Amino acid sequence: MSQPLIEFQSVEKRFGDTVIFKDFNFSVEEGEIVSIIGPSGSGKSTLLRILMTLEGIEGGGVNVAGEPLWHKRTPNGLVPADKKHLHKMRHHLGMVFQHFNLFPHMSVKRNITEAPMRVQGKSKVEAEAIADELLELVGMTDKADMYPNELSGGQKQRVGIARALAMKPAILLLDEITSALDPELVDEVLDVIRNLAKKHSFTMLLVTHEMYFAREISDRVCFFDQGAIVEEGEPEQIFTAPKEERTQAFLNAYMSQ
Amino acid sequence: MPFGEIVSILLEGAWVTLKIVALALPLAAVMAFGFGMLRLYAPKPIKYLAVIYIEFFRGTSALIQLYWIYFVLPFFGFSFDAMTAGVVALGLNIGAYGTEVVRGAMASVPKGQYEAAVALNFSSTQRLWRILLPQALVNMIPPFGNLAIELVKATSLVSLITIADLTYRAKSLADMTLQVTEIFAVVLVLYFLFAQVLAVVFRVLEKKLSRGLGRGGLGQ
Repeated sequence: MSQPLIEFQSVEKRFGDTVIFKDFNFSVEEGEIVSIIGPSGSGKSTLLRILMTLEGIEGGGVNVAGEPLWHKRTPNGLVPADKKHLHKMRHHLGMVFQHFNLFPHMSVKRNITEAPMRVQGKSKVEAEAIADELLELVGMTDKADMYPNELSGGQKQRVGIARALAMKPAILLLDEITSALDPELVDEVLDVIRNLAKKHSFTMLLVTHEMYFAREISDRVCFFDQGAIVEEGEPEQIFTAPKEERTQAFLNAYMSQ
Repeated sequence: MPFGEIVSILLEGAWVTLKIVALALPLAAVMAFGFGMLRLYAPKPIKYLAVIYIEFFRGTSALIQLYWIYFVLPFFGFSFDAMTAGVVALGLNIGAYGTEVVRGAMASVPKGQYEAAVALNFSSTQRLWRILLPQALVNMIPPFGNLAIELVKATSLVSLITIADLTYRAKSLADMTLQVTEIFAVVLVLYFLFAQVLAVVFRVLEKKLSRGLGRGGLGQ
């Protein structure tokens, strides 16, 4: 088997005295769609945030596309990553946030074109062509000139997805992207992801509380608790025949809601 | 003295006051942004320098600062004419307060904005100029408006270093004519008009800048 696209090796992560990960190992293959489920505070989002370089690590290493993310290779071995290295590594990754984090002072279209133009040096014409295509993909073509505060939550999140995709990342990180939405708006966002998942053109790592959705689109589901993967496997197995007691208890609590 | 004459003398003084405001305001803005940013982002020794400036000018009286620049610094070989001393003292004083406005406004931009900017791989300069500052700027406008009005009122201090501004002329006219009521009524109205014009300018600015931020100039 080829090298995994994402690899956590004995990662240690702490917030002050609180240990989030200790000797944490995890990997994702290229093109794989992996859902992470589990109680809050179990380190699910931290995992994504470490990958997006929003949180550092205290020990171990993370590899993305065969290269260390938080370290840099030098003739004298690995040294902590500098700005330039992180900048280079972020090209592999895109993230969609729970609270959208759209830029409120930019129109929908500019939210999408700004980074391709300023970061990747694309021309305005190129960037707008990409934006138009993505706006169509997420069904927001008619809202291109509006501002984020004029949109519903579901619409904001669809723009958030388009904005992340515009950078053409190999890995898409989805951090509880429907948790902040009213229930009736969840499906329009999930539909977009469903379509992406069908094409399997990205490696996707999603933290979610939408169990049916995770079951439907994932190649693999990981149940997280207290900074460790308690159980992982194919969605059918995890959701219909979980082996671990903690997984069963979590799913039972969830399904009975 | 006829009322018309009083008004025309006072208007001359108002013109001087206006000039001081017009020069001190940009200086204050530059100081506020410059030292506000240094305070936030500069490496330690420079950051402390900024803190010293801020705390010194906030923590001492504007009048004494003015006296220092005009009367004391010449003994150390730095002489300024009265106008320069007045503009510099007021600009530095109001600028020091402005740094806190800049700092507060930057802090008011949600953390998620920074995170989205990192995730989209903007450089740290781009994050600041394209994402954080434009949003912070809107939050700076109302408190900056307050400071501008403070500045207008503080200009009356320069009358104490021989500048013939509005306050200075009012006092000398009052000494000469004893028409205290008319004179200080006109002065009151003129300062008030100054402040009102500034208030309107800043309100318009805020409205212009807040498109998309969901605040129709209500200053929330």
